[in-house]
Amino acid sequence: MTDHSNLTSHAEAYEARLKKRYRAERRFRAYGMAAIITAGMILVFLLSSIVYSSLPAFSHHHMRLDIEVSSDYVSADAPEQGNYLGLVRSALRDQFHDVSGRRDKRALYKILSIGASDEVQKRVIANPDLVGTRLSLDVPLSDDIDLMLKGLIDRTLPESDRIVSDRDLAWVDKLLAEDRISRKFAVALFANGDSREPEMAGIRGALAGSLWTLLVTLIVSFPLGVLAAIYLEEVAPKNRATALIEVNINNLAAVPSIVYGLLGLAVFINFFHLPRSAPLVGGLVLALMTLPRIIIPTRAAFASIPPSIREAALGVGASRTQVIMHHVLPLAMPGILTGTIIGLAQAAGETAPLLMIGMMAFIVDVPGDVTAKATVLPAQIYMWANNPERAFVARTSAGIVVLLTLLLVVNATAIYFRRRFEKRW
Amino acid sequence: MNKFKTVLVQPILAMLIGVAMVSGAQARDQIEIVGSSTVFPFATSVAEQFGRTSKFKTPVVESTGSGGGLKLFCAGIGLEHPDITNASRRIKGKEFKNCQAKGIDITEIVVGFDGIVLANAKGAPQLNLTRQQIYLATAKMVPNPDKPCQSNWCEPVKNPYMKWSDIDASLPDVKIEILGPPPTSGTRDAFQELAMSKGANKFPHMKKLKKADKSMWKKLTRTVREDGAWIDAGENDNLMVQKLSANPKAVGVFGFSFLDQNSDRLKGAIVEGVEPSFENIADGKYGISRSLYFYIKQAHVGTVPGISEFVAEFTSEKAFGEDGYLVDKGLIPLPASERQKYRNDGKNLTKLSM
Repeated sequence: MTDHSNLTSHAEAYEARLKKRYRAERRFRAYGMAAIITAGMILVFLLSSIVYSSLPAFSHHHMRLDIEVSSDYVSADAPEQGNYLGLVRSALRDQFHDVSGRRDKRALYKILSIGASDEVQKRVIANPDLVGTRLSLDVPLSDDIDLMLKGLIDRTLPESDRIVSDRDLAWVDKLLAEDRISRKFAVALFANGDSREPEMAGIRGALAGSLWTLLVTLIVSFPLGVLAAIYLEEVAPKNRATALIEVNINNLAAVPSIVYGLLGLAVFINFFHLPRSAPLVGGLVLALMTLPRIIIPTRAAFASIPPSIREAALGVGASRTQVIMHHVLPLAMPGILTGTIIGLAQAAGETAPLLMIGMMAFIVDVPGDVTAKATVLPAQIYMWANNPERAFVARTSAGIVVLLTLLLVVNATAIYFRRRFEKRW
Repeated sequence: MNKFKTVLVQPILAMLIGVAMVSGAQARDQIEIVGSSTVFPFATSVAEQFGRTSKFKTPVVESTGSGGGLKLFCAGIGLEHPDITNASRRIKGKEFKNCQAKGIDITEIVVGFDGIVLANAKGAPQLNLTRQQIYLATAKMVPNPDKPCQSNWCEPVKNPYMKWSDIDASLPDVKIEILGPPPTSGTRDAFQELAMSKGANKFPHMKKLKKADKSMWKKLTRTVREDGAWIDAGENDNLMVQKLSANPKAVGVFGFSFLDQNSDRLKGAIVEGVEPSFENIADGKYGISRSLYFYIKQAHVGTVPGISEFVAEFTSEKAFGEDGYLVDKGLIPLPASERQKYRNDGKNLTKLSM
């Protein structure tokens, strides 16, 4: 029965090969899993460390201050010209009767934030009748006291090793004993523009700057990019000239962004004399950078529409423009929008080109239009990271959280559009 | 097709018209300041205070570096150019000439001092260095330690010192690992000039070389080593503080204000027997310190509202004085007589001549 033994040896070899193939498959899966798990863990580590270090920035300690809105400091006739800082300081002195002497008083004032008088000022200007009455308000404490209360400055260290002095500690303990200190949501983080005092510094100016900049980018790059893509894909003859253009567009997408910044500086600011540090210039520079990133996916979206659609439309007598406008463009829209949104998201995270055109700047006022001085979110994050005050560490992370949230929303919108309108052939 | 026109074409036209309009009329009611990243935290503090307490808008302050700032500043007179530039070193003769060539008259104000410190983590051994040791730890080429020096020349060799204890037995037996500012930074320029070059001059032959061949001397004394012992980190960066407290072997080089704000985590190296403290820098005892400046474009005073008032705020006792709010931010104040001098210079717009 040689045949039979031959058959068994064949079967064994087959079994062995099969096992080997299964093993290879399992290994392959394991590698894939390992890759995903590693990437996932890095992401989780990154996000959790950023979110964790940002947490202190979302709350701030306030103290309840009983303020006598005396007419010595503010007059009801002209509440705008009142000395609100003096008012708040005198209220603080009333709280600590035993503090005397110029130096001691100055040290005492430092436990309050420089923004402590803002709320009083706002209320009295809105309602001048408050002059002469007594207000009880929660006013923000200074950044160092706040960090100490959050446990980020260790109060058990010897006095020479910490920023907060023993005297500050005694004052704060007195306030704690009187139950005057409360921890509140840090409204300033979202309501204010930039500031040199961490507790007053907010993201609103940078957020507005980013939105104005992206608006300009969108208005300029979307129509230009889509028109260029339509022309190249649907209308232009395929010859050397268009091939050259195509190579250049693909190349431009890979040019480092700082180059666009230098171009923007030379063309928009030095030649056209547009204002420095303005979202208008920033948006134009980012539009140049985004153009190839819109053209390429738009062309891909057009290329993915089956020729039968065009032929059918031509067959029933549509002109070429009608074919494009009535049939191809609407079908390609989801792809175009996805490309545009991802291009804009990339532009939103860009700092290097904006450095050259002056958008890396300390700007307190929230920009109201595209020519106002403005900065953008990533630039703001960078500037906060460079500040020496300890509380800016948490502020920096909070800025990153806001930027990540913005990008997440933008990218989720892109996915939604794709899912909602995508057609498969 | 009509819809297409409204959606795509009109915004482009609107943009172009907008661009044309903006470039035509450009009045400015906001002071523009550029310049050094070292002066940036002080200038922004004054700007914010000025915006809060005066009727003027808060000035815009850009951090461009001292050299970049002076370049923008000296580009011309007119509202598209900045009004004030900050510098962490004095204006150079060449820069001054460029300014003069454009017809720009400037006023110079010294705002205070800044110390450059070497610091390590609180738990690490206390460093007690001389400037010569700093030079030997940071330079790319150093005199050959195995060959005795002639009176005029020492053979320069690639820096052989890998541990602090290789330089001097009194120093800790730890690998040299220095996190320092990048080449673009003014802090690095000052460190090279005040710590490295001065340390090198402790070798008699280097002092002679300075007179004989200045460019060679500069090259030998100011080139930072590239073998990994010096790491370019951020300049004045909170991340650096975190890196230092995590790694007790590492030593950081940065401005005094960072040491001041992080006194619970870091300690400064003693240089030439002097501790880097507020008092020692103010007295001029601590060797590695420099003056900080800003320059005012005289032609813009009166054209851009608020410049004189801003300068008055910057040079007021409550800002750059001994108890001023800039001191809280880490500035080391000038002596009282100098403060008075610069306050007057700011008021009278004293013209700088070089």
